[in-house]
Amino acid sequence: MAAVLRIPTVLRPAMGGASVIAVEGATVGEVLLRLTTTYPAIKGQLLNPDGTLHRFLNVYVNDDDVRYLGGVNASLANDDEITLLPAVAGGAR
Amino acid sequence: MLSLSTTQRDAIVATCIRALPNEGCGLLLGASDVVAEVVESTNVADSAKVYEVDPGVLLRATRRADEGGIDVLGVFHSHTHSEAYPSPTDVAQAPDPAWHYLIVSLRNSRATVRSFRVADGAVSEESLIVAD
Repeated sequence: MAAVLRIPTVLRPAMGGASVIAVEGATVGEVLLRLTTTYPAIKGQLLNPDGTLHRFLNVYVNDDDVRYLGGVNASLANDDEITLLPAVAGGAR
Repeated sequence: MLSLSTTQRDAIVATCIRALPNEGCGLLLGASDVVAEVVESTNVADSAKVYEVDPGVLLRATRRADEGGIDVLGVFHSHTHSEAYPSPTDVAQAPDPAWHYLIVSLRNSRATVRSFRVADGAVSEESLIVAD
């Protein structure tokens, strides 16, 4: 499936600088795995060593959080829009 | 340097007070270091010691910023019982050197608001201009 990937500003320097790129894959996991092959520097920010989604990365397919669609197994359709959003978190602890 | 209006500063503090006893948080949208919009979020960490912006709020704010030709400039959150300075947790989870990290301390009766940059683990305070 051909989808569109929206890249957050914080990841752009390590991914060639573009804000939007075309990606291929039948599932979110396939897309992310291909990205880590193309851009090894971001691997640790996308996936855990066991291939699951990193705790501090939110991935949306269109308007839906993939954690509610099966995580990395979420399937993609042509022209889906994938958005990567690193968690915005912190705190006094 | 980060610039915001008195109304925006008051809205940020009010969001943080409403979130008590938990930390409050939200996003700052704007351009050229000037805040155009304050976006309140629930703290999905539901904690007095850590915060996490609702990812749905982040998604919608990011899209709105893209459509409006502005940026997500940064994030604000409160420290309920400590000073307005980035904690080790804040530094470890502040990956974007381009962002402004605004912290509200509610430790004293009068809220303190300060703004920081965090790059490669190094914290630097920046001037915060609040004007009508």
